[in-house]
Amino acid sequence: MARTPANLFMRVRRVDLWLPKLVVAPSFALSLFFVYGFIAWTIYISFTRSGIMPRYEFAGLIQYIRLWETPRWYVALQNLVVFGVLFMAICMAIGILLAILLDQRIRAEGVLRTIYLYPMALSFIVTGTAWKWILNPTLGIEKLMHDIGWESFQFDWLVDRDMAIYTIVIAGVWQSSGYVMALFLAGLRSIDDEIIKAAAIDGAGPIRTYVGIVLPMLRPVFLSAFITLMHLAIKSYDLVVALTAGGPGIATDVPATFMYSYAFQRSELGLAAASAVMMLITVMAVVVPYLYSELRAGRK
Amino acid sequence: MRERQVHGIVRPKNAASTALRLILFAVLGLFVLYYLMPLIVMVVTALKPLEEIRTGTLLSLPRDITFEPTLRAWNSACVGVRCEGLKPYVWNSIAMVIPAVVLSTMLGAINGYALTKWRFRGAAIIFGLMLFGAFIPFQVVLLPMARTLGAMGLAGTVPGLVLVHTVYGLAFTTLFFRNFFISVSDGIVQAAKVDGAGFFGIFFRIVLPMSPPAIVVTVIWQFTQIWNDFLFGIAFTVGDSNPVTVALNNLVASSTGVKEYNVDMSAAIIAAIPTLIVYVFAGKYFIRGLSAGAVKG
Amino acid sequence: MTRFRKGTALAFGLGLLMASTAAHAGGTVEVLHWWTSGGEAKAVGELKKSFEAQDGTWIDSPIAGGGGDAAMTALRARVVAGNPPTAVQLKGPGIQEWANEGAVADIDDVAKAEDWDGVLPPVLAEIMKYDGKYVAAPVNIHRVDWLWANPEVLAKVDADVPTTWDEFNATAEKLKAAGITPLAHGGQPWQDATVFEVVALGLGGADFYRKALVDLDMEALQSDTMVKVFDQMRTLRGYVDPGFSGRDWNLATSMVMNGEAAFQIMGDWAKGEFLAAGKVPGEDFLCAPAPGNAFILNSDSFVMFKVLGADRVEGQKVLASLIMSPGFQETFNLAKGSIPARIDVALDKFDDCAKRSHEDLTAATASASLVPSMAHEMAVPRSVRGEFLDVVTEHFNSDMSSQEAVDRLVAAIQRAM
Repeated sequence: MARTPANLFMRVRRVDLWLPKLVVAPSFALSLFFVYGFIAWTIYISFTRSGIMPRYEFAGLIQYIRLWETPRWYVALQNLVVFGVLFMAICMAIGILLAILLDQRIRAEGVLRTIYLYPMALSFIVTGTAWKWILNPTLGIEKLMHDIGWESFQFDWLVDRDMAIYTIVIAGVWQSSGYVMALFLAGLRSIDDEIIKAAAIDGAGPIRTYVGIVLPMLRPVFLSAFITLMHLAIKSYDLVVALTAGGPGIATDVPATFMYSYAFQRSELGLAAASAVMMLITVMAVVVPYLYSELRAGRK
Repeated sequence: MRERQVHGIVRPKNAASTALRLILFAVLGLFVLYYLMPLIVMVVTALKPLEEIRTGTLLSLPRDITFEPTLRAWNSACVGVRCEGLKPYVWNSIAMVIPAVVLSTMLGAINGYALTKWRFRGAAIIFGLMLFGAFIPFQVVLLPMARTLGAMGLAGTVPGLVLVHTVYGLAFTTLFFRNFFISVSDGIVQAAKVDGAGFFGIFFRIVLPMSPPAIVVTVIWQFTQIWNDFLFGIAFTVGDSNPVTVALNNLVASSTGVKEYNVDMSAAIIAAIPTLIVYVFAGKYFIRGLSAGAVKG
Repeated sequence: MTRFRKGTALAFGLGLLMASTAAHAGGTVEVLHWWTSGGEAKAVGELKKSFEAQDGTWIDSPIAGGGGDAAMTALRARVVAGNPPTAVQLKGPGIQEWANEGAVADIDDVAKAEDWDGVLPPVLAEIMKYDGKYVAAPVNIHRVDWLWANPEVLAKVDADVPTTWDEFNATAEKLKAAGITPLAHGGQPWQDATVFEVVALGLGGADFYRKALVDLDMEALQSDTMVKVFDQMRTLRGYVDPGFSGRDWNLATSMVMNGEAAFQIMGDWAKGEFLAAGKVPGEDFLCAPAPGNAFILNSDSFVMFKVLGADRVEGQKVLASLIMSPGFQETFNLAKGSIPARIDVALDKFDDCAKRSHEDLTAATASASLVPSMAHEMAVPRSVRGEFLDVVTEHFNSDMSSQEAVDRLVAAIQRAM
């Protein structure tokens, strides 16, 4: 599709040959500097002994060695895996389920859609207080159930170090699953009705129609939902800070909070930069192949 | 976008499908509870006097509805030593969010257009490189960004924050517009080129009038992202120019012995209202905008 | 719309801001601090009032959260940007760290003119100096090792304020049996560490404390005493209520106030909360030194950063002098719950807790049992403190054995050094 043959016999004004490039140039320059320049800076800092402020003497791999000797880093990585996998899987499951259900000619669809989608509009700085309340055993759901008369009800995940990470999943899913729902609903709406009709005529039941025919057609939606969720999971910061601040103890530390805490609370800029580089590598490992395949697909 | 014409797959025909229909509503209703719970807690608590909060439970409805905490949160609660409520900070956020959204959306639109309808050599690479900016963890850029803002004389100012949000919003806005324009037929653009229309002529007269779905998605996305930002706000602004999220955090932490949950919740609601309004009123355009192309990446 | 315009006007940057405020005789200060709760907010309000009374312009930059962690993020970004605040609430080795970077201004001429050396305890004066010159002005002296108690609750189980940890445990068991939460605690790392250092002082004494938590002596860190300290932490874990995780300290204080809990182990800023609620020491609440017969020192101070503009430099001098004036030290510390950093301020207006604190301070200085607080950044650099906090909080919140905690602590500190 690139450079259609039409171009060849068209009277393209000379100025229009370089105007597109000129228009994109400022944004591209900004990206080069503010994204790649800063990444380069961070990578360099990860090879120095920077403490409270950046220092520029090269010091080799010392920060990486220290990073991989820090038990807290392993806690953060393990939490990222647990949180990331559950968060992505549950968001996908709920998002797809809700999208399919909403696609059933529901009268109140507009209202429901808004309700499912609104958490995306709120930051955890805003909802954190409410969430902490709901999950707190002495104030929230547990107390509510006790007051109703269900004395044995127990829901103290927020303060249980083994379970606290799951409360983060609950809140994370709350915020992001609506977006996945919106993506899939949009995808479902863009599928040609004829296909569904044809499936119905063939006698396929609703479940078979969706699982066997409709969902496979939404492969691109899966991919963009996956990428969005993946990067939300890796970047999760507000969420953890607002709910548990990494606690109890360091039980819910994730790489983003680890990096922040070492850079800004502990005056360990070098170590923090090393952890940031690790995060970047993880993101790249997922995103670069995706971008590559996307761009190739766009070219055909 | 056209609304779906065909009936859903689950149709009330007989007893079995009626049951199915009931289950459907039960499931949908259950999720409504899950999604609404934090909001209900916030609203209910904000309207209760402190005494009722202490004696009642999380979800018990207020007996005496009071707007006093809401008013306090708006114009007299203390943020540090300044007791003017959230009002001044809401204005700060507005002053920051409007230019940043407008700038990043405009740049995204023109980038998306140039990258899809005027494919030049390297356009794909440029797009790929720009898109990666959407994925970096923002903590990484705090210090170099601070240094850059300082060198530009923009440290601690609203224009500085506008610049930061514009720069890191570019990847998203370009992505949204690029995906939208890719689904727009090239034929119209080619025809216009044959007619001798130029780069900007086509953009303003043909492409832009077709773009409201993409613009809505982009504006909603950028507005919520920027309004909700906390990290950049805390690092790059000075006391009086703090955005509302930073002020909210300070206010919630400014308790005097007794934590005034109703004022805290009211403040949280105030900070949430602009983005909530955008979602409630523009939410359906958001879905339409997504199905109009943003999805087909 | 005026507010909107003001916001936009601010946008044009510091240059303009400075120009527009240059007319003020007392100079301009922009103060970065994290005193946003109760007695603290009131105390900083006093400072603002006094500064404005001298025709100065006070720009308030409060950044709440995490015991100053968020404020430190902002500070670093501001210094890197070349736009530091005029004065920053900073303390302990943190002062030296920033001074090492060449970021702080010297206020030695004010200090010399007012003879700060003559009125500050020598231990504290040393911390305020870099390279022999004053770079910071202390506002107060806090004692960390306090036990706050609700007398009514204690009366219910017929107990007195304990003087050893064994007594404490015995009383706590009785309280627990009576259905009362023995210890009001907020599960945040710095609060866990506060309890930890108080326990370390109580079980090991001042010498052990200094060796282990200040000098980072490996032998002391690995000793049996340290194992016992962690054992006691484990015992204390059984005395807190289920909702402790993440709770702010002042909410724990109100639990003692309301009779929901019997004790809190916290520095004397907790007293500010009691006083702000109109409670009377000795009647509504009790203050007693925690076991150990020593004094853990914590002190807040303001560090002046290198700034441009005569207006701001003038503001720094006025502020430094104001902070150290006996009148201010009195009003500020009455509000905050601490005692004046100057030892020559009369304590007539202060309550019994403060007087006790002052007496013990003098005694501890004489007997060399005055030690700086590890949890409150008076003793070790932030990186080392961070390692302490990780291990202490991880141990407190899990079922880690005391020996494992000690081993982890040793490894962590070696890594940080």
